[in-house]
Amino acid sequence: MAPSDPDAVSALLPLPPATFHILLALSVGERHGYAVIQDIETRTNGELRLSAGTLYRSIARMVEQGLIAEVARRRSIADDERRRYYRITAFGTAVARAEMARLADLVRLAKASGLTPRTT
Amino acid sequence: MTALYRTLLRMYPKSFRDDYAAELTRTFETKMRGRGTIAGMFAALLDVVPNAIAAHWEILCQDLAYTARTLSRSRGFALAAVLITALGVGANTATFSVADFVLLRPLPFPEPDELVRLCEGPRDGAGWGCMNELSPANYRDAVQQTTSFERFGAFTGASVNLVGAGEPLRISGTRVTAQVLSVLGVAPARGRAFDTTTSLDADASSVLLSHGLWQRQFGGDPGVIGQSLQLDGTPYTVIGVMPPRFRFPDEATELWLPLLLREEDFGNRSNTYLQAVGRLRHGVTFEQARTEIARLATRMQHELPETNAETGFSFFRQKDFVFPRNRTMLIGLVGASLCLLLLTCANLANLLLARSAARERELAVRAALGAGRHRLVRQMLTESIVLALMGGVAGVGAAAVAMPMLSRLVPATLPLAAQPTLDMRVFAIAALLSVVTGIGFGLLPALRVGRGAGFAALREGSRGGARRQRLRTTLVAIEVAMSVTLLISSGLLIRAVMRVQAVDPGFRTDNVLTMRTVLPSPKYDSAAMREQFYDRVLTGVRALPGVASAAYTSGLPMVLTGGIAGVNIPGRPQVNRRLQNVGIRFVSSQFFDAMGIPLMRGRDFEDTDRRDRQRVAVVSKSFVDTYWPGEDGLGKTFEIREQTRTIVGVVSEVKVRGLERTPEPQVYIPAYQPPDIGLGGLYVPKDLVIRGSQELSMVPAVRDIVRRVDADQPLSSIRMLRDVVGDQTADRRAQVRVLVALSLLALLLAGVGIHGLQTFTVAQRSREIGVRLALGAAPSTVARIVVSEAARMAILGVIPGVIAAWFAARAMGALLFGVRPDDPVTFLTVAGVCVVVAIVSALRPAMRAARVDPITALRAE
Repeated sequence: MAPSDPDAVSALLPLPPATFHILLALSVGERHGYAVIQDIETRTNGELRLSAGTLYRSIARMVEQGLIAEVARRRSIADDERRRYYRITAFGTAVARAEMARLADLVRLAKASGLTPRTT
Repeated sequence: MTALYRTLLRMYPKSFRDDYAAELTRTFETKMRGRGTIAGMFAALLDVVPNAIAAHWEILCQDLAYTARTLSRSRGFALAAVLITALGVGANTATFSVADFVLLRPLPFPEPDELVRLCEGPRDGAGWGCMNELSPANYRDAVQQTTSFERFGAFTGASVNLVGAGEPLRISGTRVTAQVLSVLGVAPARGRAFDTTTSLDADASSVLLSHGLWQRQFGGDPGVIGQSLQLDGTPYTVIGVMPPRFRFPDEATELWLPLLLREEDFGNRSNTYLQAVGRLRHGVTFEQARTEIARLATRMQHELPETNAETGFSFFRQKDFVFPRNRTMLIGLVGASLCLLLLTCANLANLLLARSAARERELAVRAALGAGRHRLVRQMLTESIVLALMGGVAGVGAAAVAMPMLSRLVPATLPLAAQPTLDMRVFAIAALLSVVTGIGFGLLPALRVGRGAGFAALREGSRGGARRQRLRTTLVAIEVAMSVTLLISSGLLIRAVMRVQAVDPGFRTDNVLTMRTVLPSPKYDSAAMREQFYDRVLTGVRALPGVASAAYTSGLPMVLTGGIAGVNIPGRPQVNRRLQNVGIRFVSSQFFDAMGIPLMRGRDFEDTDRRDRQRVAVVSKSFVDTYWPGEDGLGKTFEIREQTRTIVGVVSEVKVRGLERTPEPQVYIPAYQPPDIGLGGLYVPKDLVIRGSQELSMVPAVRDIVRRVDADQPLSSIRMLRDVVGDQTADRRAQVRVLVALSLLALLLAGVGIHGLQTFTVAQRSREIGVRLALGAAPSTVARIVVSEAARMAILGVIPGVIAAWFAARAMGALLFGVRPDDPVTFLTVAGVCVVVAIVSALRPAMRAARVDPITALRAE
């Protein structure tokens, strides 16, 4: 799957929220499962709390779709060697970017219709 | 808590577990650090349960998509599998449903096992069903002198002419004593029943309607209660309407009139016209009641020798009132569909086994690429279940189509509601069997993966495996055996039907129209009124164009099967009355002409044979042969119904009791010379027989004639005489049709099975065949080997099939009229046919084998 294959990319859009957030979390660098959960929780201010099961189901699906991949080697001696680390792939980055663009388009369309978010 | 989580993890699909269980546990532990146990357990449940369900669902969707792709690639296989399953499941559901409806379903009365029927019968209580009707006196004694019964009621047939609601109609009714409804335990849905407490006469002109009659003739009008009707010229008041499912004593009865037994009715013990229905007392068994009844009969034989010396009772359960013959037929059908079910399962298994060889390779490849065994098994399971479900749905459709055909086998003697419906329990069992077969054989390739056999499949030149070959051969042999059993049974029954149809009824049915005009009381109580009616109708009908002859009779043969009277020959010792019974009929002139009964000696009746002339009779030849063997019988006298008559004519035998039963000797008496004693409705001429070229198109003209004679007189039972005879074999023919259909299907499936197996074998062994051809064997030899193997498989199946058929034929013995259960012609023919079919099925693969190119075969793979 070439990363820039537009059909393959658009076939996955729109992304489920959990998938998008996982991609965001991994776009910064390699992470293991629990770290991803923590990262997402922090970033969304506690709004999106993934349970372990939901996370790994998503991970399993994203691995199959080629969005992320497991990291083969150990990170550092300090970390638990049973931990598995994941990284985003080039394809995953392309998809994340496409989703971002899609969301931005949506916001622009909404603004053009005169809808402004209420600031509370 | 970690332990709990780990246990909960087992809910996930195994493939998911294998990959992520460790991570899940670790992550969960980290998350739950510092949280309480209760909170932790909740969190664990909330985490695992919805996700596990979602994970399984995702896999199911994947498997379904995969199944759809695979099945659409092998459409032939899918279609075959669905059709075969539909056949087995559908045929069985339909047959079982009808059989259950008739044989097992309880009657629509409360506590139906307690209901019993009582009639008179032979002295020893032998015979089946209601052998003879009861006289009121014998009925009263049975009621008063036994203790086994809670209650008894009596009833008798009472068909009436209903006038005033459009065309005059003939309605079948039953006269019942007031207790009958409480014996049955059913109350009217509207209005009230006959009053048991008040004196006899209070309800004398009340009538109860059936639900069906109420809907059809009175539009379901609730105001029908209290309405007045004209039945046979007498006004009656409607007092109630029975519930929709109520039928008693048979399907045809549509209204119930009160039966009033007055003191004078109990005088004559030989006036038999009642049947009785009773309910056993709680705690009394049927056997105890039967013993008490038998003892009562013996007592009465001693105490009343002049009337009851030869009288016993017929006593049986209401629910057993199915002709033993019908029961045998239905059980036979059930057996036949079981055969078919077995056969379809074998065929399905064969189909799946054939496919499994190809699938093994595919699965081995996938296993090598990393798919877990569990996952593959799961995928194959989904595929098998989808196929089974499709087959099951198609099976329900097939059963729904087959039901109406099979419903015609429901006997009319049972007071059951109209139509049997599909029995879902049976459907479930048949479907289960098919599903089990499908899954069992469908999973085989997946189960063999990962046990080393999978790797063998990857190797070039893999063979099917000798064990699988033997299994398939055995399955085909089973299919052939089942076909043989079904075909032999069908063949024997077909021959039986043909034998029955070949029986000469004793009269000619070509171009004969019959209909019934039952003259009601009190209008036609006087003989003069009746005779005037017959005269005028017959004169009018005989004048119609195309009519050769027309006559009246008290009962058509095969329609009126009874009508017995005792005879006495003057000058001979008075033998027991029952042994000197003859069938008695009252007929007008031209009867024998119209019926086509050959007059052997003497003369037919003439219109001048009236009351004021000498009393005459025409008798059947067997009558003369019994009492005056060797003589021609003309001029002899005998006593019947307390009158002396002279024989003026002798006719040949008529099968009055049906094609399959031997009748008593017949005595025909002129309609205008009835006996002086009052006749029951049985002996009054009512059936008009017309021999003429116009057949049914005569009906409007006849209706006109009758209307001109009496505008209130309805016509009923209009049909051709050939249909009367045809009805004799209607149930047999229905059964045969079903059996033949099942047998041909079985044979087709067996043939397809053999064809499939041989094709497969040839393909598998093409290398070996190539070698043989290369070494100089003639193509014809190779072809012959394929065909002879098929024949060998067939013979392997024929032998057990013949044995099973032999047992089945013996069980069906009662149905095999004029045919031996071990009829060699049928057995040999069927065996031959099966072998021939096997050979024909193997021809195509044989030709393919002969055309194998040795070079290509040796090079390939």
